Amino acid sequence: MIELYVLIGLMIAGSLIAIEVKNLLSAVVAVGVVGLGLSIIFLILKAPDVALTQIVVEIAAVVLLIRATLNRDIAMKYCGNRPFGAIMGILFTGFVFVIALITFKDGLNLFGAPLMTVSQFYPLNAIEGTGATNVVSAIILDYRAYDTLGEATVLFTAVVGVLTVMRSPGKKKEEDLQDSK
Amino acid sequence: MDAYLPYVLCLVLFCIGIYAVISKRNIIKIIIGVIIAEYAVNLFLILVAYKAGGRSPIFSRTQEILPEAMVDPLPHALVLTSIVIGLATTAFLIALAVRLYGKYGTFDISRMRELRG
Repeated sequence: MIELYVLIGLMIAGSLIAIEVKNLLSAVVAVGVVGLGLSIIFLILKAPDVALTQIVVEIAAVVLLIRATLNRDIAMKYCGNRPFGAIMGILFTGFVFVIALITFKDGLNLFGAPLMTVSQFYPLNAIEGTGATNVVSAIILDYRAYDTLGEATVLFTAVVGVLTVMRSPGKKKEEDLQDSK
Repeated sequence: MDAYLPYVLCLVLFCIGIYAVISKRNIIKIIIGVIIAEYAVNLFLILVAYKAGGRSPIFSRTQEILPEAMVDPLPHALVLTSIVIGLATTAFLIALAVRLYGKYGTFDISRMRELRG
């Protein structure tokens, strides 16, 4: 599994570049490196469906981020850290790191030996129960279809929210303001 | 300790994202931190699901694949949902950032606080 470690190291390097580089456009491109490396890791970990979704979502996210930072003035403007930001960040992050390490030692299964007490049901019964050869699609479209419905609801709500935030203010509103004056 | 090494590297990635959210002043950098932390959580769930020497959870007509040899399919299905919802929240964050830039002419959150009135 040496390629897994190499790719996670690439992701860590890409994310360090993304948060420390001064040019925002370079930071967005570094996020693209992180996301595409993540999709290759999903392939290595035998999750092809997740890898395909990750590629599509990563490209969409990078396009949106580039749309936000397209202006050259924006991309070159440098804002530093918050006051005491680095110290606070290192303290809190170290706290999270130590707590999570203790929790890992406590109860997590070893890498490569998953707990399958519940989910063994799905590969054993997917073909008889749903007729789907792909167990992941059997789960998201049949066993847990309400999850997918909720996902579609969240997606719709987010699209409505983005449209509400991004719409240009109408002229009628200004006329109303003048009338009220 | 070797059995926990992928988890620890994934935790390092998550901590980098959290650090960016806490310490940066630029809104785009904060959004990038959120994205990185979200990727780390998705990666962690897929790492937990991996079985050593396992196969993809897909049956085939031409070759015999035992259900016991498959990796855990349940986290895959839920991470699939989580990735799409992550894109939706990212899009909403970016829309808010673009709107704030149009209003204040800057991505710097400390200057936005001064302009509030």
